[in-house]
Amino acid sequence: MSLEFAFDLLLALAMVWSAWRSLYATRLDRAIVMFIAFGLLMALAWTRLLAPDIGLAEAAIGAGLTGALLLDAYGALQRKKI
Amino acid sequence: MKRLLVVLGAVCLVVLLLGAMHDLAPASVELHAAVATNLTASGVEHPVTAVLLNFRGYDTLLEIAVLLLALIVILAIGMDATISAEATVDVRPLVNPVLQTLAKLVVPLMILVAVYLLWAGSFRPGGAFQAGAVLAAAAVLLHLAELLPSWQSPGVKLRLGLAGGFLIFLAVGAVSLMQGALLEYPLEQAGALILLIESGLTVSLGLILAGLFLLLSRDDGETS
Amino acid sequence: MTGGLLFASVGVILFAMGVAGVLLLGHLLRRILAFNIMGSGTFLVLVALAQRNGIADPVPQAMVLTGIVVAVAATALALALARRLYVLTGKLELSQDDEE
Repeated sequence: MSLEFAFDLLLALAMVWSAWRSLYATRLDRAIVMFIAFGLLMALAWTRLLAPDIGLAEAAIGAGLTGALLLDAYGALQRKKI
Repeated sequence: MKRLLVVLGAVCLVVLLLGAMHDLAPASVELHAAVATNLTASGVEHPVTAVLLNFRGYDTLLEIAVLLLALIVILAIGMDATISAEATVDVRPLVNPVLQTLAKLVVPLMILVAVYLLWAGSFRPGGAFQAGAVLAAAAVLLHLAELLPSWQSPGVKLRLGLAGGFLIFLAVGAVSLMQGALLEYPLEQAGALILLIESGLTVSLGLILAGLFLLLSRDDGETS
Repeated sequence: MTGGLLFASVGVILFAMGVAGVLLLGHLLRRILAFNIMGSGTFLVLVALAQRNGIADPVPQAMVLTGIVVAVAATALALALARRLYVLTGKLELSQDDEE
């Protein structure tokens, strides 16, 4: 097993785990932060798949903007509950 | 019961798809080879940009239309919520001056990065999407530092910026339709046309993506 | 097993997890998260399966690039609808009556 494949395997496991946590974490804020981490891992996976274009877009849009949108919605929810 | 069924179904789906992928025959059409042979005719040197804006240009045209539509729908959904809410005083604490200074320092750099990405898109990874995303991030940062004027009622310039990318793209498409086929550029002007479309796309994409965030977070102090 | 096939398998697993999440989770924000993970899985399959022989293929890459931007627009629209629902009803879950 080459070093590259070992890295790919580790990355794949981390992606599945972070996706799992972002779906089933008990607290919603943790779930959203795990989703942002998942997006960054996805960006890494895209560069491993020889797609730096998608990696750039995923890091900026998938992780950054979607994460900001979700966190903002969560924050507004918490403020309105009080 | 429902939970068990769904989990069982998901596991079956995974097993079936994994099996199918394992036995999949090699692709009969070599798309990357076709792109590589036609790359010289596309007007750009980076294959992904060539596919996005030349070979499959109408996908990108429809994509910017979908984005514009999403923004308009969000604008429409939020509309009466803001009207019904009486103009409340902003309850948020004063913005950190460090954040404001940082935003003022970083935003010009981000705009520079966006322009670089746009320019780099014709021969290396980069392009309108990434540049637009960076622009949107800059606008969101300005919004969080409260340096950006509110979007309560978009003015003419803003509307023009939002729709500009789509309109430029549409105009190029219409002109090319008159001269032949939809979005089929003449060889010698292809590079310039793609750069024109990409510039419009970058500005519109940045504004629309930023608008998605700004419009959603504007009703913050709405309820007590 | 090549890197392409490995990431395509991850894509399949993510898609199935997302589907299960969309069907099982009640909270709307969690459903939107699950929908996003479903989309990410689809994108991974699309790109990784096309280049399982290790050669970069720009066509699915461009498609996915378009898809990511559309996905964020869909997420924003879903969030806007969810927040509107919350303002109107005070709930962030769809009613269960017609589901059973």
